[in-house]
Amino acid sequence: MSVSVLETKDLGIAFGGLQALEGVHFAVDEGEIMGLIGPNGAGKTTVFNLLTSVYAPSEGQIRLGGHSIVGEKTYRITRNGIARTFQNIRLFKNMTVIENVKIAMNSQMHYSVLAGICRLPSSRREERKVSARAHKLLQVFGLDSSAHNLAKNLPYGKQRKLEIARALASDPKVLLLDEPAAGMNPTETNELMKTIRLIRDRFGTAILLIEHDMSFVMGICERIVVLDYGRIIAEGSPEAVRRDPKVIAAYLGGE
Amino acid sequence: MEKQTMDLPAPPPGCKKRLQRLREQSPRLRNLLLVALLYAVFAVPIAGGSINRYYSGILIMICINVILTVSLNLVSGFLGQLVLGHAGFMSVGAYAAALFAMHSGLPPAVSFPLGLALGGLTAALFGFCIGVPALRLHGDYLAIITLGFGEIIRVLILAVPFTGGARGLTVKTTISRRPFAFFTWAFALAALTAFVVYAFIHSRHGRAVVAIREDEIAAEASGINTTYYKLMTFVLSAFMAGVAGGLYASHVGALTPVKFDFNYSTEILVMVVLGGMASITGSVVSATVLTVLPEVLRGFSAYRMLAYSIILILVMLFRPSGLMGERELSIEKLAGFFRARFGARRADGGKGDA
Repeated sequence: MSVSVLETKDLGIAFGGLQALEGVHFAVDEGEIMGLIGPNGAGKTTVFNLLTSVYAPSEGQIRLGGHSIVGEKTYRITRNGIARTFQNIRLFKNMTVIENVKIAMNSQMHYSVLAGICRLPSSRREERKVSARAHKLLQVFGLDSSAHNLAKNLPYGKQRKLEIARALASDPKVLLLDEPAAGMNPTETNELMKTIRLIRDRFGTAILLIEHDMSFVMGICERIVVLDYGRIIAEGSPEAVRRDPKVIAAYLGGE
Repeated sequence: MEKQTMDLPAPPPGCKKRLQRLREQSPRLRNLLLVALLYAVFAVPIAGGSINRYYSGILIMICINVILTVSLNLVSGFLGQLVLGHAGFMSVGAYAAALFAMHSGLPPAVSFPLGLALGGLTAALFGFCIGVPALRLHGDYLAIITLGFGEIIRVLILAVPFTGGARGLTVKTTISRRPFAFFTWAFALAALTAFVVYAFIHSRHGRAVVAIREDEIAAEASGINTTYYKLMTFVLSAFMAGVAGGLYASHVGALTPVKFDFNYSTEILVMVVLGGMASITGSVVSATVLTVLPEVLRGFSAYRMLAYSIILILVMLFRPSGLMGERELSIEKLAGFFRARFGARRADGGKGDA
């Protein structure tokens, strides 16, 4: 039995009269790659938005490393160890690739506004250190050669990678990936699988991902949670989930 | 290269190498030299009396508008928030500085700089009070809120007893009678504003501010405390506008609330947009041009505003991102631009780099 880094308990949220999520109960273990799947509108992205406090849950608990994070500000949750990517890529488009990564390292830097304006040695030292770290991170993703290009000029697949790199730059315990393979061709998807495994092996980060590409999900996830109409209908290994009649019914329509 | 060395006084041959190395190592030092040179170009004739009061007045007004434009650009260009009440902050600073100069009883040499600082701080305080509720909104909504704020300030100035109401306030500072000293103050503060904004933007804090402009949700998700940075930038910008207001108070000598109406806020925003959102040098250039332009056009009397508007429309048609876009002006780029222009003209008939 391994230790869970992130767990939710009876998590639910209602938008007006619509109960979008109800009784969502799962745990992500340390260094685990877990999938969150379900038909359109099942509430997958809403789960991410609850985990990162974009929405406040109507009920239930979220615990990160044993501490409740319900009601915390989004940026605090990121600093505490949950980083995410978005379904539609959200990069800082008019900033360079390396600047994108450095933004996420901002909370690990300490020099003051005044020190920054006067460019005191302390600020320059910190900037140098962060630059070196950012370059190293970009190397892992094969983005170092385009470090000084504007993010918007990267090809699509690299933009996705950069978003993951940026999320990792904040040094998270759990990484939430919202449809990382969306819009990718098979080659890019394969490469992404390798990258995600590499992240887990190299940084020890637990990964929770939403994805519609089933071969991708089945190929990479060790455990899968299936959502339908805001409830968890199945949980388990890819093989078990694939054979679960409730899951098949949810996807193909049954009864 | 020749262009650069021409700007500097010819160094003795022994120094040449060292100077060259210094110049390469430190663009900052070179920029400082350039600013000093610019200062000298205007300050020496003012001190010598060959620039009359009218022209030195325009020069001082340019400096004031540069401060206003650069500070508004910090919020509008870099933070990406549309603010339409910049003249409101300026008026707060102007009245605070003027009232301080009148009632403090300190000698002018002390009360003037203190008044400027106080003007800035008061405007910053107002910026904080407005910013806390207003910065929850974005785009057009924020624009309307700040527009409303500017009007409220103006009406408040009319209503409260100590501002002189609609009759206005006569500012008693002696500095306005000494054009050289006044220009030095105004120029130094304008240069300082540009420097501070530039250095701020190139620090980790400025990076965070630009990230908020680019994508606020992603910035928050990257661990940036967006509320804090938005408020800080807003307050910093208000402070600078307040200082500009203090300068303005001494410059015009008489304050009336009408001067700080919505039109002035718009005018500053026009300067920012014309110069290029997120370009500091663009702001400096456009503040200069748009301050001088109405004076130059005085000859056309009735057609003055028409010509002014047409020039604005033309610039926006042909350069929608402003004169400078998001880029900064520098000697190297200028030299490179001309070289590319003239080189290209020979090669393919004058296709510049757009």
